[in-house]
Amino acid sequence: MLPSPFEFDRPSTIEDAIRGVGESGDGMFYSGGTELLLAMKMRVIHTDRLIDIKGIFGLNRICLNEANDIEIGARCTHAKIASDPVIREHVPALSSLCANVANIRVRSVGTIGGNLCFGEPHADPPTLLAALNARLVLIGRDGTRVVPADDFIRSELETIREPDELLTLIVFPCPNGPVTYRRFKHGERPSVNVAMAWSIDAGKATIKGARVRVGALGSRPQPLKVVEDALRGLPVREVRSAIEAVLTTALDELEVNEDRHGGADYKRHLAGVLLLRNVEEAISVGGGA
Amino acid sequence: MTHMLPISFWLNGQMIALDVPTHTLLIDLIRDKLGLKGTKRSCDMEVCGACTVLLDGEPISSCTMLAVDVDQREITTIEGVTPPDGLSRVQKAFVLHGGLQCGFCTPGFIMAVTALLKATPHPTDEEIRHYLHGNLCRCTGYTKIFEAVKSLASEQASENAI
Repeated sequence: MLPSPFEFDRPSTIEDAIRGVGESGDGMFYSGGTELLLAMKMRVIHTDRLIDIKGIFGLNRICLNEANDIEIGARCTHAKIASDPVIREHVPALSSLCANVANIRVRSVGTIGGNLCFGEPHADPPTLLAALNARLVLIGRDGTRVVPADDFIRSELETIREPDELLTLIVFPCPNGPVTYRRFKHGERPSVNVAMAWSIDAGKATIKGARVRVGALGSRPQPLKVVEDALRGLPVREVRSAIEAVLTTALDELEVNEDRHGGADYKRHLAGVLLLRNVEEAISVGGGA
Repeated sequence: MTHMLPISFWLNGQMIALDVPTHTLLIDLIRDKLGLKGTKRSCDMEVCGACTVLLDGEPISSCTMLAVDVDQREITTIEGVTPPDGLSRVQKAFVLHGGLQCGFCTPGFIMAVTALLKATPHPTDEEIRHYLHGNLCRCTGYTKIFEAVKSLASEQASENAI
């Protein structure tokens, strides 16, 4: 048994869900419960009412839209994203990431939206979604707002989402260059992870732009600006030397929390190793050099 | 507003209909209310796999699933995959290969392997390891469990070859 009973609503529309969560007392949206129920068991979260969003049509859709953006409904499970043909074709790194979140049971029911909304620093999806320049669609009483993934997680277990706002959709441009993701983990959650997305020119010889994010190191995914600047406009064959030249500076600028996953120097070192492995993969799959 | 909800679901092929408090976890419903003690509680945080049951054929942690959430769905527990006159082929393989010692993790492993073989009848070594990495065993060191599953994968492959 969980510590105390609660009301359990099963709305069938987004409007009803938002109305239901804001009624009285502390209502919360609920889907897989893989994070929320754990927190309720540990008595760190209490709720008077769970609003089950699994009956709302359309929140588990994945598609490539007419604007060449990939849309992922917030209540898609990790297992669904891992096996989705659109994701496999256009963002295999995300497919692989989702195929390795936690374990098979968590992937069966846990959702990507729930993962983001929990704001756990040691999580896989936020880092890659930030590198993909994803936008998150939040619907609340006062309308819809779209926020960059970079701004969504504010700090440890804290996001900018208001309690009565529902995360409905994750949208990002269909990549036109290599997207890579590497994690290191001892157990279920990543100790450190690094995601990288390049946009490449038509000849596949030059990097037009790069987004690099390091996660699980601090309280939220962080950009490696120094590396991004070094990669912009760079011929792919010069990538290795360019990154090696700035790597120490780039890593020194990261905020690092020492925790049970390791000390600051160790975690910073891991970030560097993972970045270089990302680079090797990006060169081999997309760069052509 | 009530804190009790009516649910009906299939449990090992039998239709169950009852009212449950909203904060009841599936494992407590299965073990305490319905008396099926094969499903084990261990870590209570979705890490160890001892409480694995199948929800519409997919493995889930019954320790972290609300009972109200199985309404209109199908649950399979270790009791549901055990034939009345003996053991299933997955269970037999675990016995034959020494894939269990104390036995506490075994029901969870059997459920996970059952789901794996249904989805992927001939898993590769890598697929077996990937699928089962979230089930913990403190006795066997996993080698014997892996051999048991591998025997099933190749057994099925050779059956199909004939």
